[in-house]
This record gives sequence, structure tokens and C-alpha cells, in this order.
Amino acid sequence: MTGTFTPMPGAATLPRMVLTQARMESRLMLRNGEQLLIAVVIPVIVLVGLVGAADSLGLDYDDPVVDVVTPGVLALAVLSTSFTSLAIATGFERRYGVLKRLGTSPLPRSGLLAGKILALLLVELLQVAVIAVVGVLLGWDPSPGPAGLVGAVLAASLGTAAFASLGLLVAGSLRAEATLAVANLVYLLLLAGGAVVLPAAAYGGFGDVATWLPSGALGEAMRDALLHGDIAWRDLAVLLGWGAVGSVLAARTFSWE
Amino acid sequence: MEVDALVMRYGDTVAVDGLSLTVEPHTITAVLGPNGAGKTTTLETCEGYRKPQSGSVRVLGLDPVRDARALLPRIGVMLQEGGAWSGSRADEMLRHIAALHAHPLDVAMLEERLGLAECGRTPYRRLSGGLKQRLGLAMALVGRPEVVFVDEPTAGLDPAVRRDVWEVMEELREDGATVVLTTHYMDEAERLADRIHIIDRGRLVASGSPIELTRGGPTSTIRLVVTKPFPPGAPESLKAALGDQVEVVVLDELSLLLTGSADASTLARVSRWCEENDVLPESLTLGTRNLEDVFLELTGRTLARGVTE
Repeated sequence: MTGTFTPMPGAATLPRMVLTQARMESRLMLRNGEQLLIAVVIPVIVLVGLVGAADSLGLDYDDPVVDVVTPGVLALAVLSTSFTSLAIATGFERRYGVLKRLGTSPLPRSGLLAGKILALLLVELLQVAVIAVVGVLLGWDPSPGPAGLVGAVLAASLGTAAFASLGLLVAGSLRAEATLAVANLVYLLLLAGGAVVLPAAAYGGFGDVATWLPSGALGEAMRDALLHGDIAWRDLAVLLGWGAVGSVLAARTFSWE
Repeated sequence: MEVDALVMRYGDTVAVDGLSLTVEPHTITAVLGPNGAGKTTTLETCEGYRKPQSGSVRVLGLDPVRDARALLPRIGVMLQEGGAWSGSRADEMLRHIAALHAHPLDVAMLEERLGLAECGRTPYRRLSGGLKQRLGLAMALVGRPEVVFVDEPTAGLDPAVRRDVWEVMEELREDGATVVLTTHYMDEAERLADRIHIIDRGRLVASGSPIELTRGGPTSTIRLVVTKPFPPGAPESLKAALGDQVEVVVLDELSLLLTGSADASTLARVSRWCEENDVLPESLTLGTRNLEDVFLELTGRTLARGVTE
């Protein structure tokens, strides 16, 4: 019996499935106008705006403003993609039965998660490239050295893990519309008051609190790395803690439908 | 595939109540019943979405939850709705699912067969219901599964598309796959299925081929439709007038269905009863017993009424 539909089932290899999933998710993320706005356009506006208006805003640091702000904007880019974009995308995947559909495909849940993380990293690479170019055009002159580069990569990785787990926690427990609202609201709050773009010291007394937030820890770790060439172990540990708590909670509460 | 004494509850509601049924390989098997009968819950348990609360389910000899990794590549699932990213294109979506399988069907061929080529670059959210439904079927088939589960495959489709979908399912069976479908359309079950399991309120009420189910017992029916509501006690008094050979079932306040021997004397007695009870018939239709009548006899409810409930 050989016809058009003669059964010949089988799963693709796991690496192939993960790559397929990552490619699809990153492509959809970059195609979506609102996601692109939050991933690239807003960070670039923040960077250009803060550097351009530094004097009138009274921003005054020991280092040139662009050197202080660019690492913060890179941290903001990580936050926007791994938290806001991921939460919104996953919320609507639940709503539209995409997760349900993939649940009966050969792709295991671990593969789905790996694909999502890979997609985040791909989008973040693109964001870093765009922001770095704009920063350099504005006079950014980083000299992090090997330790600083390691620190920046660690900050971005642990920051992605922490925010992604929190994003999945929101997306897996709230309705899609509520996820959309919460993800955007948290983004705005952290952008304004989370010590991500500007150093925690700029927030006065609240700055001490902010460095315990994942946004503050990520921003500080990024600045320590790219401004001073240091690995900020304490901030990295804070990110690790948020990632651990977020992962446990998300795994316990995530509902696939 | 075997379902054995399956029980599924949502809170206080019992969706599936001790259901047992078997699906033979290389057949099209229909699970027929009104909405809310427990069809989708049963199917989703077979697909591994839900764990049986009591009883057991085996598909291809595997436990859908415990052996999910081994089972999932071998089955294809068509959901009732959704299942695609709203911003994805049909072709992109189908290629994505194909790439998760080891030996997928040729995507272009499948799109041709199911009329998906016309989707072009339109995102999923803007596709018509019919195209979404066809894409759902294509996603279920592209991995060349041994067992295909389709949940209400032709709900809301125009007749031409329905026939296309039916033809694909018949070809699947010819080519050696097993198709399990749920439906509340009698004609769909009657036309397609080798075997039909009729379920109502989570219980199996009858199983058999379409011919087995409609054969035997009364072979004819009379449908009596009147111009104003029946007087109180009408079914009982009509049954008394017609004798034990005839079953009387109320369809709604203006129509009754009689199953039994619909010969000339039955017709004459129905007319006389109408005259004596001051009932004016609007129509008196003779018919042969079909699945709709079988369902009605077994459950006392019409499928259509089940749908609106």
C-alpha cells in the first residue's frame, strides 16, 4: 500500500526541531510592528534622547553621558525582548491554541522552551548590533577588556533567563489581554524607575532598593562590565535569584490553554 | 485504539461517564453525538491533553500521557479551532509543522490538494473560516501519521469544501491510516464512517456500522407536523390509538415522529386520530429510518436540540 497518505511517521531530530522553532519565533517577533517598536525603536529613542538632552536634563557623570547610557539601553533591550515581547507572544499563543497545537506535535516542551530562548537571543543580537552602532555614532567608546566582555555576556544571559521566567510566569497564568497590559505596564515602570537605563545612584534612596530588582541588577551589571570592565558578581547573583524564583513559579503555575 | 471505562469530570459536571469504545485500525470511525456529549473531551484524552481521572486510554498500544514522546510523532491532530500564530502565513505554518517531522508530506502537494495555495501571503488571522479549517487538516496530515484525530472537521464549511475534506479522509483510509472523527452531522457519519459510536451525556449508547445501526426494528417513519400546538396528552393518546408496534417521540410542540410500521392502516389511524382530536396536520411525511431517527430513539433527543442546549 503506497498512496499519497501512506503513514510514515517520525519526529525530526531535537536540534532540528529547536532550530525550526527558534527561526519561526524570531521571524514572527521581528514581523510584528508593536514588538519591533518596543525592541528597537524605543531603546534607540531613549539613547538618542538622553544623550542629546543630557545638559538640559542635568545628567552629569564622571564618564561621558553616552558611555553611561548606552550599557543601560542595552540592558533595556534585553528587558524588552525577554520579558515584554516574550510574555505578550506567549500569552497570545495560549489564546490562539498555538501551544495546544504544538503540544501534539513531536516537539517536546523542553524543545519548545529551548526554541523560545534561542529566538530571544537571536533578536537580542540584532538589538545589540543596532544600539551599538547608534551609540558609536553618538560617540560611545567602550573599552571593556576581556573581563568586561565576559561580564556583559553574563549579564545579558542571566538577565534574559530572569526576565524570561518572569514573562512566562505572567503569560502562563493571566489572560492574553491582561498579559499584554501587565507586560507593557511593567516595562514602562521599570524603564522609568527600575534603574535600568540610568544608574541606581540617580534614584537617591530608592536606588538601593532598585539594585535588588532584576532591572536594576541587570543595568548595574551591564554598566560595570562596559564602563569599568568589571564582572558585577553581586548583581549577577541577584539576577540568578530572580531567575530561580521565576522559573519555579512559572513551572508550577503555567497553564497551556 | 481503546478507551476503557473513561470518566472525566469538570468540577461537578461529568463530561465522560464510564465510556468504553474501540477503534479498529485502517477505518474511519465516527464519534457521533450532540454538543456537550463528551466527544471532544474523549478525543483530547486520546491525544494526551488530559489524564484519565478513572479508566484508561490506549492509542497504538501506548499511554497518551506516559508515552507521549513515542506516541505524538505517530498521530495527527486537527483542533476544532485555532492552532496557528495569528501573524503567520498558511504556507509558513504548514512548513513549520512539517519541519518537526522526519518524513513529512510534500507541502506544495498538500496545499494543492486542500486548496491552500490561494492563501498566498495573507496572515492566518485574516483567512476565512474554511481556509483555517483546511489548514488545520493539512497540519494534522503533513507528518504522515498513523492515526488522525479530527474534531468536527467540517463544522461551518460550505458543501463543496465538505466534500473535498471527506474525499481526503477516504483516501487516508485507503492508504492505510486510521481516522477518528467527532461530528454532530448525521450525514457526515453516515457517508464516511465504517463504524459509528453514538454517545450522549458522556455514555456510549450504540455502536455499529451505519447499516447495522439503521437496519432492524422499524424500517419506516412518519413525521407529523401540525399547524397549532398539540393538545395535552397527545403523544399518549396517539400511541394508544396506534398500538404497541409504533413508538411516538415528541420533536417539538408542533411535530411528532412515529417509528414503526408505516403502512396504510397506520396512516389511516393517524388521520382518524387527528380528526377526533381536532388537530390539523400541516404535513405527514413518510421516511426510512436514518441515523437521526436512531439517535432520537436511543436518547429521546434530537441532535439539533442537543446542539442548542
